[in-house]
Amino acid sequence: MNLLTSPIKQAGALFALALDVLRALPKRPFQTKEFIQQCWFIASVTIVPTALVSIPFGAVIALQLGTLTRQLGAQSFTGAASVLAVVREASPIVTALLIAGAGGSAICADLGSRKIREEIDAMEVLGISPIQRLVVPRVLAAMLVSLLLNGLVSVVGVAGGYFFNVVIQGGTPGAYLASFTALAQLADLWTSEIKAVLFGMVAAIVASYKGLTAGGGPKGVGDAVNQAVVITFMLLFVINFVVSAIYFQVVPQKV
Amino acid sequence: MGVSIEVRGLTKSFGSQKIWNDVTLTLPAGEISVMLGPSGTGKSVFLKTLVGLLKPDEGQIIIEGQDLVTLKEGDLYEVRKLFGVLFQDGALFGSMNLYDNVAFPLREHTRKSESDIRNIVLEKMDLVGLSGAEDKLPGEISGGMRKRAGLARALVLDPEILLIDEPDSGLDPVRTSYINQLFIDLNAQIDATFLIVTHDINSTRTVPDNIGLLYHKHLAMFGPREMLLSSEEPVVRQFLNAQTVGPIGMSEEKDADELAAESGKELPPLPPIPLQLGTSDGTPRRAEKPAGEWCRANGIVPPPGSFLSGNAGVPGVPQNVEAGRAALS
Ligand SMILES: Nc1ncnc2c1ncn2[C@@H]1O[C@H](COP(=O)(O)OP(=O)(O)OP(=O)(O)O)[C@@H](O)[C@H]1O
Ligand SMILES: [Mg+2]
Repeated sequence: MNLLTSPIKQAGALFALALDVLRALPKRPFQTKEFIQQCWFIASVTIVPTALVSIPFGAVIALQLGTLTRQLGAQSFTGAASVLAVVREASPIVTALLIAGAGGSAICADLGSRKIREEIDAMEVLGISPIQRLVVPRVLAAMLVSLLLNGLVSVVGVAGGYFFNVVIQGGTPGAYLASFTALAQLADLWTSEIKAVLFGMVAAIVASYKGLTAGGGPKGVGDAVNQAVVITFMLLFVINFVVSAIYFQVVPQKV
Repeated sequence: MGVSIEVRGLTKSFGSQKIWNDVTLTLPAGEISVMLGPSGTGKSVFLKTLVGLLKPDEGQIIIEGQDLVTLKEGDLYEVRKLFGVLFQDGALFGSMNLYDNVAFPLREHTRKSESDIRNIVLEKMDLVGLSGAEDKLPGEISGGMRKRAGLARALVLDPEILLIDEPDSGLDPVRTSYINQLFIDLNAQIDATFLIVTHDINSTRTVPDNIGLLYHKHLAMFGPREMLLSSEEPVVRQFLNAQTVGPIGMSEEKDADELAAESGKELPPLPPIPLQLGTSDGTPRRAEKPAGEWCRANGIVPPPGSFLSGNAGVPGVPQNVEAGRAALS
């Protein structure tokens, strides 16, 4: 019985928090200072790992595609294919991994330790909504940083692909660059950024939810962080699939 | 003038674990009440339920004619402005220094200028004996200091109701006496309704106007100090006199064998009831009642030696023999 109802209850509570965040969004005063601090904080824990992950990621995609296109006899499309792969899928996925793994876990640990120190309770008693004060700025910051990270990953990934294809595999730079626009279109970039913003939002909401409901001392916070990261990963991959599916239905593809 | 809190039929459980059942009591406006109970009986949960941080399963909490349990979130935040709460571990904001912690409620809820805020904060910090520690972070100070800083923060908005969770745990005996004196003086000054959770028997015997005892998932007794201190009820008697003879065992309740083994033992006589702690300048509090009034009104003969001094059987509390004699004559 409990096994069945508790995940449903959790999902319900998570959704309720998301709605609360939405409702608290227009409430003044907006916590500008907290927002900027959080942007800086999330960026500082994610930027370096993101850059370090996206270089080999771009390279491995270039390697796979370089080989594949040669086998298919379509070398001239190597650049096009790698841009598509990086912008459409690889970069949102890398962003998701880092925003959940580095950003979300930090948010969850922070809120969780405040929760068990009763800071959150104290705040509510002082008549201040922790959702408006703490969660909203974090969600917005995660969305913004995610958007920017996604841009960063795209650029680094494409550059990594270029470096690998042209310098290591000895492809022609002109052909690589010229084929960029053969398949890719602006809608790809938009979709990619929409995905990233959604990922940032979901990661921050799940992390906040898990942090605010942490209990049972320091161990409880550790558990909460762990669960937050796992849940976020699962959700992000589902969202990624759904958005991609919608994209292919809605946006006509170049032929 | 303080606000009374009327609690009716309050029941709380976490999942299948029942915390307490059908708690009914009224915290009289402007009076000091103490809540006692063995560890883990849900005293902290009770405080959190009173401010609406935890929802009870059943029952009502009436404050100024409103039922806190069914209030909408927005109204709840309004009602909470009546409260000052000191949590068990102080609950200071870890990222702010003590000064900012204490100033926080003022900055949030008033339009006072920084210099006014500064005066109030320094005054409250001085009141709890933390002058000079303004720049420290909560992580850098001792548990007792955190507690006192939490108290200063709970006091800055001049609350109508003060809920205080174990003010004396982590404090040395001298500081405990000072804090007790502080509560009495504060109550005289601001007439707020106090509810203090404590394990300290000395404080319980001398500070409050009313005492309550949570035991075995229910409220065993709640009433005027003299009523509980003169009570023959085994649980109350055992707890208020910190004895091993009685129904309370190391883990909640004693089993039948243990009780049978005790049945022959003579209970030590009830110790005398001490005088209640007075204000430090001697002016009576509004809620203060003459010593022995409740006993006389209810035809109870207090234990011999009662009301003669403020420290009948308890060390560390100022003596006041003259006042006791005067009260009796
Ligand atoms: N948020 C919660 N979720 C589940 N159980 C809880 C929660 N808070 C408290 N409890 C349980 O409620 C019981 C009472 O806890 P509480 O902290 O109120 O005890 P207490 O009387 O204050 O004890 P102490 O004197 O040691 O402070 C404990 O068994 C605790 O495990
Ligand atoms: Mg407690």
